[in-house]
Amino acid sequence: MIVNRRNLLVGGAAGLLTGCDALGRNEDFRKLLAMGEKGNFIIQRGLQDRMALAKEFRPEQRSPVFRINGTRQPQGPDYAAHMKDKFVNWQLAVEGLVARPQSFSVAQLMAGPKRTQITRHDCVEGWSAIGKWTGVPLKLVLDAAGLKTQARYIVFHCADKMGFGTDYYESIDLIDAFHPQTILAWALNDEPLLVGNGAPLRLRVERQLGYKQAKYVERIEAVDDLSKIRGGKGGYWEDGAGYEWYAGI
Amino acid sequence: MIEAETSGKITEPPAASPQTVFRHRLSTRIWHWVNAVAIIVMLMSGMMIFNAHPRLYWGQYGANFDRPWLVLPRFPGWATIPSNYDLALGRHWHLAFAWVLAFGLLGYLLWSLFNGHLKKDVALTRAEVAPAHLWEDIKKHARFDFHESEARYNPLQKITYSLVLFGLIPLVIMTGLTMSPGMNSALPWLVDLFGGRQSARSIHFICAAGIAAFIVIHLVLVVLAGPINEIRSMITGWFRLSPPPAKKSGEAS
Repeated sequence: MIVNRRNLLVGGAAGLLTGCDALGRNEDFRKLLAMGEKGNFIIQRGLQDRMALAKEFRPEQRSPVFRINGTRQPQGPDYAAHMKDKFVNWQLAVEGLVARPQSFSVAQLMAGPKRTQITRHDCVEGWSAIGKWTGVPLKLVLDAAGLKTQARYIVFHCADKMGFGTDYYESIDLIDAFHPQTILAWALNDEPLLVGNGAPLRLRVERQLGYKQAKYVERIEAVDDLSKIRGGKGGYWEDGAGYEWYAGI
Repeated sequence: MIEAETSGKITEPPAASPQTVFRHRLSTRIWHWVNAVAIIVMLMSGMMIFNAHPRLYWGQYGANFDRPWLVLPRFPGWATIPSNYDLALGRHWHLAFAWVLAFGLLGYLLWSLFNGHLKKDVALTRAEVAPAHLWEDIKKHARFDFHESEARYNPLQKITYSLVLFGLIPLVIMTGLTMSPGMNSALPWLVDLFGGRQSARSIHFICAAGIAAFIVIHLVLVVLAGPINEIRSMITGWFRLSPPPAKKSGEAS
C-alpha cells in the first residue's frame, strides 16, 4: 500500500467537510439541492387535498406559554403611536390585482364573520407551540376586494422594519389563501394579540412553518408574479437567508 | 499471498482461488455506497438543523418555556453541514438528500425482495435463531474472532442489518415526514402514530443516534475483520474467506 491509510481517513474527512462547504457556496449546486424542496412542494400538493385541514386541538392541549419569536415590537414612531391608541387607527389595505381596492379597520374585521382554531405553530428551528387563534378568514377579505383573474399570489406587507430599510413580508399562493384555516388573526387564546404576537393582525397559514405567519400585517397585495416584489423570492427570510418559499416541511 | 490475486485484470473475477467468493451483488453494492453518502449528509445536516433548537420534548408541543427531556450543547462545526451556522442551507442539504435516502431504501428493498437477497441473505434461518446458535455467535463476537469461513452473514449481522433496514431507517423517514405541517394535513394519522410532532422529533433524533452508533460499530468491525478485504468486497463483490486457522497440536487452545 502506497497510500497511508490514516492520512487517507483524516484527509478524507477534512476534504469531505471543505468539499461540502464549497458545494454549498456553488450557485448551481444550491439550485440542485433546492430541487429537493421544490419536489416537496409538488408532492405535498399532490398528496394533500386542497381543503385538508391542519390538526386542531382541544383547549387543554394548548402550550402554557406561547413562545414569542422574531420581532418583539416593531420600531418607529408610527407603530408606537398605534400601540398608544390601541390600534383604533390601524388600517388593513387590500390592493394590487383586485377589482375593489379598499381598507378595513381592525374593528370592522372583528365585527364580521370569524373563525377560531386551536392549532400548532411549528418554527423552522424545530420547536412547536399550540395556541387558539381567532380571526377573519382571508377568503372573505379577498372576496370583498374581488381578485382579478391574473392574481396568483397574495403578499402580506408588515409593519416590522427589519433594519437596513427592509420590512418583513411574506406571500402565499391562492390555494393557501382560500384555505378555510387561513385567517387574519386578531386574538390569541381569547385575548387581543400581544405586540410580540403580531398585534393587531397576523396571518395564520396553518399548513406551513412559522416564518410564513406574518405579523403586524398592514397591507395585502394581490400579484401575478413574486419576482417583482422586493428581493423577488416571496418573503423576508426567503430573500435574505435563503429559506424555501414553500414552508410545508 | 493475498496480493497475488489482485495483480490481474479487474474485469476477470479472481474466482480461481477457492477461498475467494462472490459475496455482494451489484444492487447491494450500489445501494450501500449511495446510501452511505446519503446517510452521512443526513446526519451532518441534521446536526446543523438540531443546533437551531438543541432541546427535545415529548408530546404535541415544546418550546423554551416547556420542559425538555434532553438539552444538548450545539454540535461543533466539523460535525455539521455546512460547518458554519446556516439553518436554511442545512435544510436544503437535508431535504434534498432525504429523497436519495428514502427512494434509495425503497428501491433497494423492492429489488432485494424481487431478487431474493432479503430471503437468502438477510432473513434468519430457523437454525440461526436457536438460542444455542445465537449464543455461540455472541461468544465469537465477544472473543473478537472475526474469521469468516462462509460468504453468508452471521446471525448477529443479520439481526443488526434487519434492525437498520426495517427499523431505524424507515422510522427516521416516517418521523421526518411527521415534522412537516404539510404532511400532517395530508396524512394526519402519522403524527398521531408517534404521539405528536415533538415526540416524532425526539424519535427522529433517537433513530439518527442509533444509525450513527450503527455506523461506528460497522466501521470498527470492518477494521477488525480486515478493512481491505471488506471494502474491496463492497466494491467488486468478491470476498476472500478467512477460515479460522487449524489448531496445531501442542498449541494452547
